Formats: sequence, structure tokens, C-alpha cells
Amino acid sequence: MIPRPKPERFRLRRTMMFMNAQKPGLIKDAYIYGCDSIMLDLEDAVAENQKDAARFSLYHALKTIDYGDTEVIVRINGLDTPHWQEDIRVCVAGGADGIRIAKCESANDVHTVEAAVEKAEEEFGVEKGRTLLMAALESPKGILNAYEICAASDRLFGVAISGGDFRKCMQTVFQPDGVDMLAARGQMLVAARAAGVQCFDTVFTDLDNEEGFRAEVLQNKAMGFDGKSLINPKQIRLVHQVFAPTEKEVIQAEKIVRAYREQSAAGVGVFTVDGKMIDIAFIPGAERTLKLARACGMYEGDLV
Amino acid sequence: MEILKPAMAGTLESSDAQVTVEPGNGKIQLSLQSSVMNQYGRQIRETVLETLERLEVQSAKVTVVDKGALDCTLKARVECAVFRSCGQSAANIPWGGAVR
Repeated sequence: MIPRPKPERFRLRRTMMFMNAQKPGLIKDAYIYGCDSIMLDLEDAVAENQKDAARFSLYHALKTIDYGDTEVIVRINGLDTPHWQEDIRVCVAGGADGIRIAKCESANDVHTVEAAVEKAEEEFGVEKGRTLLMAALESPKGILNAYEICAASDRLFGVAISGGDFRKCMQTVFQPDGVDMLAARGQMLVAARAAGVQCFDTVFTDLDNEEGFRAEVLQNKAMGFDGKSLINPKQIRLVHQVFAPTEKEVIQAEKIVRAYREQSAAGVGVFTVDGKMIDIAFIPGAERTLKLARACGMYEGDLV
Repeated sequence: MEILKPAMAGTLESSDAQVTVEPGNGKIQLSLQSSVMNQYGRQIRETVLETLERLEVQSAKVTVVDKGALDCTLKARVECAVFRSCGQSAANIPWGGAVR
């Protein structure tokens, strides 16, 4: 049995790769690809008559396989199905790091899942509050209620938009410039930032369209997303490249954090670095850049 | 658990195993085919028998067609087949209890 460390609510999540929890060939070595999180799927990837088998398979994978630093999230079935309660029991019993709520439309949906998670933590003797949550927004109503969803729980680390279902609801299809989902992505990002949680973009399903994928990832980065959901290991490298800070940004961030620590120890709140005014407001961003740089192998210092 | 009706779990894909359980005649009759029989046949047999014992299955005809499954997959497939045979696979599974 592999005891997993307590999940961190805010950690680096550039890449979250979906895996069918029912396929042993996939889940046994998912960690070798180097994505930040894997998303073991009990929902759409699993046929209706294999939901039970997927849970047995998931339970033993969680208990047996050493996923190392890769975060392990499980996508559970929607609250309108007969499956979600048992899905939550197996996730908590197996010690998954987090649960992704499918088709989330309101704060109430988050509370419903949270109550079941808490009950399961009690049942299986798991530390209360250990299991994190994230919500997938898949409908116009989910997007409109994004803020209340983002602010619904201390367990919730972020929200993700699910493009397939959302485009269907909006009577549109994928557009290369992203205009089909521009408003929804924007609204979700604003809500997530306002609530102080992370925000993730949807999957890009056309694996042969490399240029299209690159364009979408660049747009994700420019819009301020924390990361992206993926369907194939070959998509990981590009996202990590695009989300990596530039060398100049890393040097600047290091200077800022170092100067801030020295100055604040000396009782100074505002100062300049390379001619630019710096105060405490710049520190979280600079520290984030350094953490990202460390994950990308670009920073080996001891400031973060 | 008592095997009430025939039930199956798993597939014939690589790294998986297909497990069938049927009502038995008072003992465990295990028939095993494996793509890695020479290397792992004994270990697979032990894992399957241990899992059945943990589930307190005393009478069953069990057929395993293994395609190189890890132990954790074998356990999952045996358990699922047994719970399906009792009509109990959908909810209230004793995670961490008999299933571990």
C-alpha cells in the first residue's frame, strides 16, 4: 500500500491528463509521462455497464501504484446519475488527492459533494478536509454561476471548463480563434481569480492538428489560465514549454523576492529593483514565477 | 459470499484479465490461462485464491484468462465478478475491508 502525502490545495497544475479508470493498461504507468496531475475518469470514458468494474480497478490502482509527485484526481459521475455517491466512497477510501465534480452548476452542487466527501472521510478514517475538490463547468448555467461555485468550499482548488458539452449547449462548434468560448473562458477566469482559485482550460481533441493546439495553448497562457486538460501524453511537452517563464522573467523574479526579503527584514516596505517600484503586491507573482521555473528545471535556488 | 449466478468482469486487452465465476460444487475449481503462465502462473493462482478467500467464497467455478495483468488488476477483476454474481457490485462496497 502506498501512503500518499497530504494533497496541497494550491500547487502547480499546468497539465491534467485524462485516463480511463477502467483500463488497467493506461492507469498502471500514467505517472511516467510527467504531467502535473492525472485525471482518472469514472464518467464519460467508462461505459454505463462498467461503472462498478471501474471502481474496483480504481481502488486497487490508488492503493498499489506509486504515482510519486503526480497528483491523482478522479472525475466522478454527475449528480443526476445513480453512481456519484459510490464514486465518492471509493475515491476517499482509496486516498485520491481530489475529486472533479462533473457538470457543476451551482454552489449547492459543490456543497452536496462536499457533504458526501466528509461522510466518507469519517467512514474510512481519513483526515477531515484531506480530499480536495475541483468543479467542471459544462453548461451556460455553470458559467453564469462560476463565482459562487469558485467560492463554495475551502476544499475547492479550481474550476475547469468542459468544451464539448459547453459548445453543444451554445449551439456552436470549435473555432480556431477560440471565439466560440471566449466569453465563457473570460467569465470563468474572472470568477476564479476573484475567488482566489485556479482555472483550467478544456481539452484539445484533434491530435493531428499541432498548429491549432499550439495556438490554443498560447491563448490559454495569454488569458491567464493555470493549466490545461489533456487527452494524450504527446500534448504534455508543449503545454509545459508554453507555460514556462522566460529566462528574463526568472531573473527578475529572483531579484524581486531576494530584495523584498532583505528590505522587509530592514523595515522597508517599498523599494526599487532595476528602476521599477516594488512592494508586497509583487511578491506572490514573483514567487509563483520561481515555483514554475523550478518545476520547469530553470531555477535551482532556495527562495521557494 | 455465495456465488449465486454466473458473472464476468474484465476484458481480453493487454494488461487486463477476464474473470468468470459460476456456482460451484462445494469447493473452488480454478481454471487459469495466461499469456505469462510460465513466468507468473503460480503467483496469479495465489492472488486469485487469496482474493476469493478474503471474500469468503468457498464454492465456485472460476475461470481466469490473463493477458499480463498486474496483481492489483487481478484482484479488482475477481472482486468485481464475485460482487456482480451476488448482485452487490453497484454500491456499499466494503472498501478497505474485504476489498483491500
